[in-house]
Amino acid sequence: MKSIFLSLVLAAALLFSCAPVDLNAPIPSFNTGVDPSAWVQVPAGEFYFGQHEALESTGAYEIMVTDVTTAQYAEFLSAALDEGYVKMDGENIVGFYPGDEFHAVKHEEEIRAGDWLFIPLADPSQRIEFDRTTFTSQAGYENHPMTSVTWFGAWGYCKYYGWRLPTEMEWEKAARGTDTRPFPWGENIHRENANFYSSRDPFEDMKTFGSRTSPVGFYNGQKYGEYQTLDSASPYGLYDMSGNVWQWTGDVYEGMHYRFMRGGSKDTYDMDLRLWVRNNATPTYFSPGVGFRCAK
Amino acid sequence: MQFIKDRFNYLFNSTKGLILVAIAMVAIVTAIWGMLSGPMAEMGVREIVIKALGMDIVQSEREGRIIILYHSIAMAIVAIETYMVTGLLKMKPFFKTAINSIITVGYLTTMVFGMGFAYFGHNWAFHGLYITGLSLIFFAGVLLCIALFPWNPEYYVADKDYAHTKKGLDLERTAFFATAVTTVISALFGAVPGSFYGHGFETFLAENIIRYPEKTVMQYSVIGHLHIMLALIGIMLTLIIGRWLNFKGILHKIAMPLMILGTIVLNLGVWGVVTPLEPIAHMIIYVGATPSMFAALLLLIWDWNKLIKDGTAHIRKPSFFQKLGGLVHDPLKFGPTWQMLFMNFTTSGIGIFMAIRLDEIFRVWPAREERIELTGHWHALSAIIATIILLYYGDMIGLKGKVRQLYGWSIIFFSDLALGAVTIFEMKRLFISEAEQQPLVNALMYAIDFGLGLLLVLLGTVMVWRLIDLFKPKGRWTEEARHELAREVSQ
Repeated sequence: MKSIFLSLVLAAALLFSCAPVDLNAPIPSFNTGVDPSAWVQVPAGEFYFGQHEALESTGAYEIMVTDVTTAQYAEFLSAALDEGYVKMDGENIVGFYPGDEFHAVKHEEEIRAGDWLFIPLADPSQRIEFDRTTFTSQAGYENHPMTSVTWFGAWGYCKYYGWRLPTEMEWEKAARGTDTRPFPWGENIHRENANFYSSRDPFEDMKTFGSRTSPVGFYNGQKYGEYQTLDSASPYGLYDMSGNVWQWTGDVYEGMHYRFMRGGSKDTYDMDLRLWVRNNATPTYFSPGVGFRCAK
Repeated sequence: MQFIKDRFNYLFNSTKGLILVAIAMVAIVTAIWGMLSGPMAEMGVREIVIKALGMDIVQSEREGRIIILYHSIAMAIVAIETYMVTGLLKMKPFFKTAINSIITVGYLTTMVFGMGFAYFGHNWAFHGLYITGLSLIFFAGVLLCIALFPWNPEYYVADKDYAHTKKGLDLERTAFFATAVTTVISALFGAVPGSFYGHGFETFLAENIIRYPEKTVMQYSVIGHLHIMLALIGIMLTLIIGRWLNFKGILHKIAMPLMILGTIVLNLGVWGVVTPLEPIAHMIIYVGATPSMFAALLLLIWDWNKLIKDGTAHIRKPSFFQKLGGLVHDPLKFGPTWQMLFMNFTTSGIGIFMAIRLDEIFRVWPAREERIELTGHWHALSAIIATIILLYYGDMIGLKGKVRQLYGWSIIFFSDLALGAVTIFEMKRLFISEAEQQPLVNALMYAIDFGLGLLLVLLGTVMVWRLIDLFKPKGRWTEEARHELAREVSQ
């Protein structure tokens, strides 16, 4: 009898847990003081790449200080739609991609030239709004990283402005500098360093909607209300290179259609925030935990 | 002095004592290291444990630490299975003593010094001892193969109830032998890349290199090693359970050849990943896994049929519910095969579903989601193996009456609750989006923590009870020191 009662209680708890989540719950608004349109120069030279610290080198390049924000992406979409660079396809924004070389390797899928999904407007966690003429950011999310954007959408944004997505090597060098640190700010991680799963930041509520994005550059040592952050910039001054959102990188590897992401996110444990950790997905994948930044 | 000598003799010189020590070691490691991840990390318990125990956790060495942790636990489980095999099967006393002694020193050395090296600073003498421990276990495995050699006429059988050839070759013993031999070879399959990757801190977790179209021979070898070792631990345990329950009759005669065939083909498929056979290695693995799983199914059918018959022997024409009552009247006898069936929900079923719909579903998701399924389903398999061992242990120590019922059903209920929740967690993306998952995740985590937590509490209680028993002059341990598993096989 006791076990039946216990089973019923657990079944009820599971059913209750399927209750809808308010994806538009109010979100705290903070000005981080970090300029999302800023870039930094990364000099040419060697650096330690990967967990086992292989010595690699890159040329000089510039990379964005923060992830691309929803406000920036909305501005891009408005201009790009006017110019015909992107177009509506039902509730989706699509744009042209010239395709990849196909090698018919096992599990490889062909990415042909054509229109591919940039962002799905109807996705419940989409923070871009469209009134049939202009794109805007959902209120409160203007300075949050652009999410629910596919690799094509990230690639298309950078290309529109004459930029590109950083390669994995460029991304890691910008995050790590020239030493062997596992995190942009140093050797150890604390909850106040980054936005990761259950990091107890002001944006999350693990009982309801869970973890949410934080404004770009949030972890800069400022105090927001009662919440004191640690300055967590990388050696080159980039923010959010660990946590908040995974970031698409630009490499297209032979024999696979997957695109790689770096940095971990609000939804991953701290182990995935280590700078050498890789994630990947099909280029049409989008998620509230995936964003990007550009390089040039 | 005699007090210590008697206890020491029981703990390290009797099958049941050796099993008790190994279970206690696994329980201690699981309880402590379980606090370093998952919800315990979220709650801040991890930081407290690290500080309290003076652990030295370097971020870049996580993968190496975990590999040593897995090996430490796995070696204790391999030791437990070895004790069961040497206790259940006929072999020369010299072999039994030598195998049990060597593997005991081996797994304790592996566990103590391996964990010391991995989590408490890098004392390289500890690392050397860790490797020494693994080598001793390997050597014990070689001795076990020799001891089990089935073509020795001394071990031939004539009883028509058991599978054997016309000449009398014991096919069940041959199945044990095949499993032991392939386990020893498959251990090398991991030892070689282990050496290649240096001291274990420059290596990788297999789940992190999925989707890479090009893998090195060493990477394939690591992936093959971890899969086959877990499969072989499962196969050996199935054989052990069959022997304990005294599996016999026509189904035994069908099952044993299948078990031998399946084990050999399965291993050939796994070893094939580092040969030109790699493109068809998975097909060979499927071909090998099928007869092994079918043999396990035959054991289940035989066991359930026997339980029903035994449980309703006093009733002339039992109804369905009376038969059901007969089936479940003894959780320690019903539990092992039930857990094998449940394993199809948490492991085999998930694995087959993933294999069939890999490109359409799982490879559309990010690699991290696929990693959750992979790690989840082999953790579940490991946990199920542990619960089956605990169920047999409950019978071995002679639990009776309400305690037997409580112990058996608690293991089954709590583990199945937790592992069922783990399986739903793994597959949640099939029915809920990332943005909307948190309440479901919370509920599943409660179920997982509740199930695993109470399972550990139960295990802790049993261990404390056994510890107290050791202080009694005429405790249960005095009986256990004299009994051997082979004499307690079900009739």
